[in-house]
Formats: sequence, C-alpha cells, structure tokens
Amino acid sequence: MLDVILIGAGVVGSLIARKLASYELDVLVIDKENDVGNVTSMANSAIVHSGYDPKPGSKKAIFNVKGNAMFPKLCEELDVHYEQNGSLTVAIYEEQLEILKELELRAKENGVPVQLLSKEEVLKMEPNLSPEVKGALLAPTAGIVNPFTLPVHAMENAVDNGVKLHLGEEVLSINKINDGFEVITNKNKYEAKVVINAAGVYSDKIHAMIEPIDYSIEARKGEYFVLDHYGEQLVNHTIFPLPSAKGKGILVAKTTSNNFIVGPSSEPDPDKEDVSTDKATLDNIRKQATLLVPNIPFNQVIRSFSGLRPTPSTHDFIIEPSKSYPSFINASGIESPGYVSSPAIAEYVVDELVSKVLKLNKKASFNPYVRKRVHLNELSLEERNKLIKENPDYGVIVCNCEKVSLGEIKDELSRSVPPHTIKAMKKRTRAGFGKCQSGFCQPLVLKEIAHKFNIPLNDVLYDKNESFIAHYNTKSED
Amino acid sequence: MEQFDLVIIGGGSAGMSAAIESYNLGIKDILILEKNNYLGGILNQCIHNGFGLQEFKEELTGPEFMSRFSKKVNELGIKYELNTNVLGISKDKVVSYSNKDGYKEVKAKAIILTTGCYERNAGAISLGGDRPSGVYTAGQAQLYLNNYGKLVGKKVFILGSGDIGLIMARRMSLEGAKVLGVAELMPYSAGLNRNIVQCLQDFNIPLYLSHTVKEVIGPKGHLEKIVLAQVDERFNFIPGTEQEFECDTLLLSVGLVPNVDLLSKLGIHFAKSRGPVVNQYMETELEGLFASGNVLHVHDLVDYVVSEAREAAQGVYLFLNNKLPNTNEKSLVKPLKGVGYVVPNYIQKIDNDDKLIFKFRVAKPYKNINLVIKEGDKVIKKIFKLAIIPSEMEIVKIDKKLFELNGEDITVEVEEK
Ligand SMILES: Cc1cc2nc3c(=O)[nH]c(=O)nc-3n(C[C@H](O)[C@H](O)[C@H](O)COP(=O)(O)OP(=O)(O)OC[C@H]3O[C@@H](n4cnc5c(N)ncnc54)[C@H](O)[C@@H]3O)c2cc1C
Ligand SMILES: Cc1cc2nc3c(=O)[nH]c(=O)nc-3n(C[C@H](O)[C@H](O)[C@H](O)COP(=O)(O)OP(=O)(O)OC[C@H]3O[C@@H](n4cnc5c(N)ncnc54)[C@H](O)[C@@H]3O)c2cc1C
Repeated sequence: MLDVILIGAGVVGSLIARKLASYELDVLVIDKENDVGNVTSMANSAIVHSGYDPKPGSKKAIFNVKGNAMFPKLCEELDVHYEQNGSLTVAIYEEQLEILKELELRAKENGVPVQLLSKEEVLKMEPNLSPEVKGALLAPTAGIVNPFTLPVHAMENAVDNGVKLHLGEEVLSINKINDGFEVITNKNKYEAKVVINAAGVYSDKIHAMIEPIDYSIEARKGEYFVLDHYGEQLVNHTIFPLPSAKGKGILVAKTTSNNFIVGPSSEPDPDKEDVSTDKATLDNIRKQATLLVPNIPFNQVIRSFSGLRPTPSTHDFIIEPSKSYPSFINASGIESPGYVSSPAIAEYVVDELVSKVLKLNKKASFNPYVRKRVHLNELSLEERNKLIKENPDYGVIVCNCEKVSLGEIKDELSRSVPPHTIKAMKKRTRAGFGKCQSGFCQPLVLKEIAHKFNIPLNDVLYDKNESFIAHYNTKSED
Repeated sequence: MEQFDLVIIGGGSAGMSAAIESYNLGIKDILILEKNNYLGGILNQCIHNGFGLQEFKEELTGPEFMSRFSKKVNELGIKYELNTNVLGISKDKVVSYSNKDGYKEVKAKAIILTTGCYERNAGAISLGGDRPSGVYTAGQAQLYLNNYGKLVGKKVFILGSGDIGLIMARRMSLEGAKVLGVAELMPYSAGLNRNIVQCLQDFNIPLYLSHTVKEVIGPKGHLEKIVLAQVDERFNFIPGTEQEFECDTLLLSVGLVPNVDLLSKLGIHFAKSRGPVVNQYMETELEGLFASGNVLHVHDLVDYVVSEAREAAQGVYLFLNNKLPNTNEKSLVKPLKGVGYVVPNYIQKIDNDDKLIFKFRVAKPYKNINLVIKEGDKVIKKIFKLAIIPSEMEIVKIDKKLFELNGEDITVEVEEK
C-alpha cells in the first residue's frame, strides 16, 4: 500500500508532490495528460498577484499573500523565470479614482504594500498607457512567472527526490477500503492510505467519487492573444483595469520571455475540455484592451489561446479533508489567484492536513534544487564558447525564432520528467513558441524525441494520444 | 575580431546570387552564414519545376536551380559556413553567430541580409476553434513530404490560395491524398494563374472564393473537421453559409512575412511590405547594411530574387568604394491609391545609376487601368494594363534622367478610367 496517491499534476499537484518528497513517504502522482502542467496551469496570465484584491480573510487572500512571498526562493530553487515587475491597476474614468482608494484600503487589510499614483506618475512609468488614465494603484510585490516550467521543474524535483509519476493515466473511480483507498485508473488499480485531489476543473468529480458533495466546479474560459517579443517594449508592469464581479478584467502584461499577452475573457463553458478560441471573443478583448493601451501592435500576434478557470460555486478555494474521511484531502476549485497561491497551498496541504493522518519524517537526502539548466542568452561570449567546446550541441541552433539549441533539447530529454510530445518540448524550451510557430524546427524536434524514445517518426505526438504529425509514409518511403 | 568586406546572412537564392555578383565585381573577401546544413534555402524543398525561365531560359526544379548557384559559389571559392545561426547584428556591423565550433563575432564592412521569409500560421491569423494536430502551414507539410518522406494526412482542406498551398494541393493529390477544396478569404486568388490551372483545375479541386475557415474541430487532439463559412466585403462571416468538411489535415497558405528579427534592435524603420525601408540599392537606413530577396519583400519568382540580389551587390560595391554617400538628399517613394507597397522606399541622389527600378504590387485586381508614376505633380510614366493582380509583382524600369530628384515625393498609383 502506498502512502499517498495524488491526483493531478498541475501547478498545485506538482508543488504538493515536491513538498511530499521532502518526507519519507511512498508517493504516486497520477495525471491523465501526457505531460505535467498541461491543463489550466499552462493557459493563464501567469501573474504572481500581490494579493491586494481578494476579500480580506478569504482563503484566496491568505494563500495569495503567503504564496507571493514564497516565489523568489521557490523559483531560485527550481530554476524558473520569475520577475517582480509590479502591477498597475488603472483608472480610466474620474469616478474610478474613488474605487482605487477603496482598493488601497483593502490592500492594507490584506497586508499588501500599494501606492496610489497620479496620472503624471503613471504615464511616466508606462508611456504607452492611454492618455485618458486618471491614476493607478501600484502593487510593487506583484510579479510574473514562467507558467510552463514551474510545474515541470517542481515535478522533476519531486521525482528526483523519489516520487513516482504516471502520466497518461486517468482516475476512473475511488473506493474506500479498510485502511485507505483503492484508486482505479484506465490502466491499473492502486491502494493508498491517503488520497489528495488536485484535479483542477475535475476536482468536483474526483471528490464526488467518495462522497456526495454540495458544491460544483464550473469551467470559466479565458481567451488571450500573444504578441511577439521582437517588437517594441509595450509595457513593463502588468496593467489591469479595475476588477469587477467577473474577475480581474482584461489585462496587458509582459511575460517572462518578454512577449506580451492581452486577455483574458471570462465566460462559463459547459464543456470542461474546450480550450477553443473564437473571433467574436477575441475581437472584444482587442476592444477592451485598447482602452488601457491604445496602440497594441496586433500585427505582432503570434498566437491566441484559452484556459479554463476551475471556478467553485463556493467562491473560495476548497482546501480541506472530505467530510467523511480525513485522509481524503481536497485542493479543489483553485481558480485565480491559484497560481500564485500554489506554493502556500502545497505547504498547508502537507504540513497541516497530511500531517494529521500520516506520520511525517523529514527525508535527510531531500535536495530542493533541480539540476541547473543552461540559459544561453545569459552567458558571456567566453562562457558560451567554453560550453560549446565541452558540448558542441549548445552551438547548434534548432529553433530560429527563439534561438533554442540542440543541447537544450537533448538536456530536457535526459531529465527525470522528459518531454514525450512536441508540445511538452515547447513548454520546456520554447522551441516552436515563436513567430513561425515551429514551421521550421518541428521536424528537427520530432527527430530528437523519436530517437530518445526509440519510436518511429510517424508515432511522435503533438500532445494528446491521437495527435499524430508525420503519420504516413509517402509512396516512395513505403 | 576577424574582419570581412562583406558578410551575407542567409545562403538561399538571394544570398548566393549576391555573393556571386559581389565576387565578380571584385569583392572577394566574403563570408556567407547559413543556418541549414545546405545552401539554397527554401528552394530545396520545392521539387516541382517552373524555376529559372527568365534566368536560364529553361524550366528547372527548385533543387536544380539552386545547384547551379551553389556550384558557382564553390567554383569561385567563396567562403561559407553551414549549420550556422546568426544571432545578432550590431549598429557597427558586428555579426554574431553560433555553430558547433563556437559562438563568434566578426566585423563586416558591409552586410547583405538575405534571411528569406516565414509563413503566416494559425497563430498569426487567430484561427478559431480547437488546437489539434493536423493543422500545418503548407510549407511545413511540404518539408515533411519532400525532405522527410512523410505525409501529414490523407483528407485535406487548404485555407488560402497562396502558391505554396496550390502546389501542395497537387503534390498531396499525387501522393494519394484527397484534397477537398481550397478556401480564399478574398474574392480573388492569391496565387499565380498558372498554379490555379495546373494545381486545382487539372485535379478538379474546388476553389471557394470569399470563404474562410470559421472553426477547426478536433477535441480529441487530431483534426476531425473544419467549418467553412462565406464572408462579406468586410470579412465578417455570413450567418447560414457554414458548411462542414470532414478532414484530417488543414494546410494554411495565408501569406509570407519577411524574416526581419535580426533588424529589430537596430532602430530602423519597416515598410508596408514588412521588410526594412531601403534606397534604390536595397541599402537600409543603417549605412552598409543591405537587404534583398524575401526578407525585403516577398517575391513570387526566384528569377526576380536573384536579379534583385545582384542590384544589392552593386550597391555594396559602390558603398565599399565610397560611392554611395549617406546623404540626406532623398526623395521618398510612396504607394498611393491601389498600390500595396513599393520597393525602394526612397531614392538617394547618386551620380552612378542610369535607371531606377520600381517593384510593387497592386492592392487588389484591376482591369483596364493606368499605372501612374509621378514626381510631385509631374507624371513621369504611365503604363496601360489590361489586367493586373496582386499575386504578380510589377517591375518598372525608368530612365533616371526623367526625374529631378529634388526631394519631391515620387508616387505610384492606379488610375481607373
Ligand atoms: C484564464 C486564466 C487566467 C489565470 N490567471 C492567473 C494569474 O494570473 N495568476 C494566478 O495566480 N492564477 C491565475 N489563474 C489560475 C491558475 O491558473 C489556476 O489556479 C491553477 O493553474 C490551477 O492549478 P491546478 O493544479 O489546480 O489545476 P490544473 O493545472 O488544471 O491541474 C489539474 C490536473 O488534474 C488532472 N486531472 C483531472 N482529472 C483527472 C483524472 N480523472 N485523472 C487523472 N488526472 C486528472 C488534469 O489532467 C490536470 O493536469 C488563471 C486561470 C485562468 C484559466
Ligand atoms: C514553397 C515555395 C514555392 C515557390 N515556388 C516557386 C516557383 O514555382 N517558381 C519560382 O520561380 N519561385 C517560387 N518561389 C519563390 C522563390 O523561390 C523564393 O522567393 C526564393 O527562393 C527566395 O529566396 P531568398 O534567398 O530570399 O529566401 P530563402 O530561400 O528562404 O533563403 C533564406 C536563407 O536564409 C537562411 N537564414 C534565415 N535566418 C537565418 C539566420 N538567422 N542565420 C543564418 N541563416 C539564416 C535560411 O536558412 C535560408 O537558407 C517559391 C517560394 C516558396 C517559399
């Protein structure tokens, strides 16, 4: 019998797994996707919110503020791009200045430093903002993070420290057995003393497998544009409109790769698998965003995408044991600000909830650091040359748009949570993430993946199980 | 730091042609840097014929056309490095690049940028619907097919009537795939007429004008079907015109964009063609940095690419011999009514040239019109055209003596009768 089965390898699950790995426990993580962090955790704004706006006293407020403070160290240990660039919540109309003052008070209650800025001060900081701005609330502790690598590196660190990971495996049902639970998947059956539910939009479904529940998780879709990083510097801070009942509104933000994102929309979606985009929604995003930043160069758009918020009917995170069983623990309904909250949620789930049902002994050998990656553009000419001498693959550029080398591709394939799909490689290295969207580099990446896992080119997947690419041979190949 | 008289970035048709011409003009200290493991660029995957009618007066395949140039480059002993990616150009013309031997910087007296173009893709056009595999740019599918022997699917729809899409319609049909149709947003085709006939009509493939793909559907990860819809004059979907096509592949042939990344940090301006602003010798606003081929503006015929590259080489020759002064005396060249873009963007007053060459595309098809080139209010040249379409580039050569070049704008426009 395992100690813990953790369902879901999003950012919440991955960070819980890493925390569990610091104790002497036998842990299995199960996720239905072919990669870690492949659902909500890879399609969001990736803002490390300051925490000034959730309702004071709510779980959202508490975990957000605590999580925000954990990011610098976390990202250092896990070698993840993070930048504390601050956020500006901008008033466009005179009457909104009053609301900014209310938000300032709320920030104080939440213990978040903020500063009210005049029109002149804002425009000096962000010259591309609309000349209509009337003022803004600066939250200097807000930041941005690379949303793709955090779950991957956290899970890699967990696996390096002994956690087992099963990807591409879906939990179908859970039964209570004598001293634990039986978890049945599409591939196997397992027994564990403790089950942790971090299944995102499906966390209501997983919870309902063991007892009747009185809440539901609705998927709320948010669509975005992504702009290239070769254009001019559009903004430096994350730019928010005033928050509304629907959420934080349509923002304009730079990303850790200095791309820019514009979005998200916010509409309920009955289909929890639907991450499609549509013209009408994107047109509306364009309209809303230009109220804040009038000259967004939409001809630099390289992609649009959407993500699903796991929005709970309770309006707050559900982080507690189930009613019937203290050893079935939910980290459910983690909608925004879930990303920033995730390290604090992980700590709470393990140290406060798992500790009540399992004896936790620190693992002496636990190493919180992942093996450092090479960041080519941070190296000097000499350092880069030295590296290429040691390993010529670091001199060979595979992805021309994002300047990713063969060395980085091969390094990812050599790690403990390697990318099995084109998309998984893209999330780790950015190969194919640029303006040509893998027009040139995809076959090269495909070849490396096929070689590593010893499969024919024809069988390499883009992402999901049916997502073949170069699937058929030509007449002359056959 | 190693120095070269001329560094050429990109060893495709434009790069090789510029190198050969430069060599013939006496510039022998040349370095070509090419990211692929072969010279020739995009033409290596264009195994169909139709290349070289102007240059060699015969029809060649892409690889045949290229090998004539690469042979010459080798014969002349022009230095080139393959598998070499250029990472940056500085304002003082230091070129940095990387390959398996290291990360290097070289100083160039002159540079010609010939990095070609890339294809607009699903991301750039914000294609609606799911994100399944099975959606490729036509060039990407061509690369898999011609260079890897892999077919991306068997039931194909094509969005965009650009030439690569048309050529792939024929190529995939010959490989046994069923091509269901080609949709084009505009009320006219974006491809050359000969390709419409030889690649669609000869294979009974329908062309849906004023149509686009409203939605791609593939919730399980691979494309299952597309929803096609008609659009009005303002490109909005017309409700009720939706039709579904079951297919496993959607190829996009929705335009090419100059590959100008390397220019982004130099503070120079870009033209409507999305290439850099240049003078009549294809010199950019950064003195001694030239651009030619598809990185300057997208060409439909490689023959025009290689001849344009020779003009750029002549500019380099003048520049290296101090005969291309960086004067402020220039006349801007502007596209007016009915004209999409014009190359060059300005004419510098220089004694050497006798002819000025204007290359441009109309913004939409016209019949029975005059193309009018003016300097200020004065008409310099009027050319009657029975029919003219955006997919065919116009090249007009005019005796330089006809212009005053006193700073007044030169304009190109369509005059309807
Ligand atoms: C549009 C949008 C913008 C956002 N912006 C921000 C922001 O700026 N800042 C911020 O802090 N937060 C933001 N969020 C919220 C943040 O993204 C989420 O809170 C966070 O990613 C949730 O992580 P998770 O691990 O709970 O869920 P997920 O990442 O969805 O992970 C759940 C995992 O469970 C797996 N799973 C589900 N069912 C099963 C099953 N039956 N068997 C096996 N595996 C299963 C799934 O495959 C998935 O991998 C945003 C969210 C959205 C949608
Ligand atoms: C698919 C297709 C079909 C065509 N069909 C026809 C036809 O039937 N008939 C016809 O006459 N014309 C045709 N053309 C047009 C013509 O062939 C092309 O316009 C011409 O080959 C372009 O030449 P180029 O040198 O400008 O660009 P390319 O051939 O694209 O060369 C650019 C080179 O630069 C290199 N490069 C780019 N970035 C870097 C970097 N950072 N560092 C180092 N190297 C770099 C690339 O690897 C490439 O080799 C076709 C074009 C395409 C794309």
